[in-house]
Amino acid sequence: MNYSVDDRGYYGQFGGAYIPEMLYPNVEELRSRYLDILQQEDFRREFDDLLRHYVGRPTPLYFAKRLSEACNAQVFLKREDLCHTGAHKVNNTIGQILVAKRLGKQKIIAETGAGQHGVATATVCALMGMECIVYMGQVDMERQRPNVERMRILGATVVPAVSGSMTLKDATNEAMRHWINNPTDTHYIIGSVVGPHPYPDMVARFQSVISEEMRSQLQEAIGNPFPDYVFACVGGGSNAAGAFYHYLNDEHVNLVAVEAAGHGINSGESAATTALGKPGVLHGSKTLLMQTEDGQVIEPYSISAGLDYPGIGPMHAHLFDVGRVKFVSATDDEAMTAGIMLGRLEGIIPAIESAHALAALKQFEFAPDDVVVVNLSGRGDKDLETYIRWGKY
Amino acid sequence: MKNRITSLFATTKKDILSVFYTAGFPNLHDTVPIAEALAASGADIIEIGIPFSDPVADGPTIQQSNKVALDNGMNVKLLLAQVATIRQTVNIPIILMGYLNPVIQYGVERFIVDAAKAGVDGLILPDMPLYEYEEQYQALFEQHNLCNTFLISPTTSEERIRRIDAATQGFIYAVSASSTTGAKGDFTGEQLAYFDKLNKMKLSNPFLIGFGISNRDTFDRAAAHGAGAIIGSAFINLLRSSTNLPADIRQFIEGIKQPSRV
Repeated sequence: MNYSVDDRGYYGQFGGAYIPEMLYPNVEELRSRYLDILQQEDFRREFDDLLRHYVGRPTPLYFAKRLSEACNAQVFLKREDLCHTGAHKVNNTIGQILVAKRLGKQKIIAETGAGQHGVATATVCALMGMECIVYMGQVDMERQRPNVERMRILGATVVPAVSGSMTLKDATNEAMRHWINNPTDTHYIIGSVVGPHPYPDMVARFQSVISEEMRSQLQEAIGNPFPDYVFACVGGGSNAAGAFYHYLNDEHVNLVAVEAAGHGINSGESAATTALGKPGVLHGSKTLLMQTEDGQVIEPYSISAGLDYPGIGPMHAHLFDVGRVKFVSATDDEAMTAGIMLGRLEGIIPAIESAHALAALKQFEFAPDDVVVVNLSGRGDKDLETYIRWGKY
Repeated sequence: MKNRITSLFATTKKDILSVFYTAGFPNLHDTVPIAEALAASGADIIEIGIPFSDPVADGPTIQQSNKVALDNGMNVKLLLAQVATIRQTVNIPIILMGYLNPVIQYGVERFIVDAAKAGVDGLILPDMPLYEYEEQYQALFEQHNLCNTFLISPTTSEERIRRIDAATQGFIYAVSASSTTGAKGDFTGEQLAYFDKLNKMKLSNPFLIGFGISNRDTFDRAAAHGAGAIIGSAFINLLRSSTNLPADIRQFIEGIKQPSRV
């Protein structure tokens, strides 16, 4: 089975570049050059150097002893929460801003939901001295005030998206509109493995450092690179793409993607795309999409703003379709409970996104010697308000 | 039967006025009377937008009309029924324009068949990739006598314009600037050079100029460079504020197409 993107940007039936002509030259410029740029030696050197000295890679693969006892398995946490800015998102923004520089772009735009990708983008723009505009749904700006101010401190302009439901998908629409109106001097840093080809592939490549490190760290820890399971949460799916990437062809490694079930898959307030979605086109690619019978996009719901997206990346839609990745879901309740549990057992408060991956461990019967890696994609600092409001700790 | 779009462009080479509006806006059942008023007032082509929740290529005016139309309960099935009604009295070309996803959910083949049956002459699906049209749908469009119009913009390469021209029946939609719909302002030297380039390329299809055309003045200036022009956002603004649609539409269209031209 081939899990790679084909030369037209498809993963099986999903992917492609479904964009209005006004975006075609921008996307085509990127498509025709990204692979060459990624292979240039000076690019590799600069990227690796920044990941090591600025982001703090490699991130630890930590054997969680007390969590392992609770789960009756050998559980490791891949500590993406220890990346600079607090989540895996920065792996991608570093990569993309280096690409943007090599394309001769002077300005950067981005969309953000919870603000993590916005902060990661504002951070690398400050680092490179580039102008940065971040689109954020007005509703999300109110919900995520501290991240708005973090971006502003870093010198970014945060523009409220006031169309539609004023959340992540609308911020993405606004960023695309901005790019249509500013086609030559601006690069759009998409934050997940979504959007028109080549974004899903490019972002997955930048995040693949996660599973690349996991392989060598497991080799050292257990004597071989293969876990029995890898768990990762999926909104658009960038941390999962990174955690699965170098295991896709190792079919004996069980890959588990955890979606946000919100108040429950059938509650009408959920973001469980594979359970509720159908193939459709949004934000430039064909993928699984939560939508009405008439093809209008449904606004998803999750307590976690980072999982609150009506689609998933086309790569994940394909991995779901062919059965390579098992998709499960966790509700708000289950995720919050799991997040607090990790705090108590390991002294680590995870991002609520990552807590969804932890919550799914309960749904599996492991053998005691099963090696399980959970990609802990982000830290919980940004979610303190939500934990406090939740209260049950 | 001849396609109304190709017939129009065969006989009329200048000053073609195409008017865009969103189906089901401002009220669900305004789609039909607006089309009738446009035809009666001298518009040459009617472009009806299929509303979508996430119209990324559109500016605020058309976004808002999409939202209102969806809140009103607009959908593809109802729109096709409305077109069939319009066809009982209107004989100018009708084009449906919309984002791909609602069409995919209806079924692309079924949509092509049903649109042709309802009396539609052409489609504009801005986010349908050119290769997908060429490989999957072009034969079906031709079989059902439907024109397909692609957009080009000032940043579209000459090579790609040639390929689009080859895949087009009817006319090409030349977006006047690198922008979303509704942008305004005078044509720049760059834009004039772009129109000039298109004319010099001697394409096999005529082109209409759209985006930023709002009144008689901008229409005349755009139409001077192509076979005519398309008005969208400005007409949507009129519909939003109108208290007497037939009279206001008549005044608006006549204001653009002076009587001597009709």
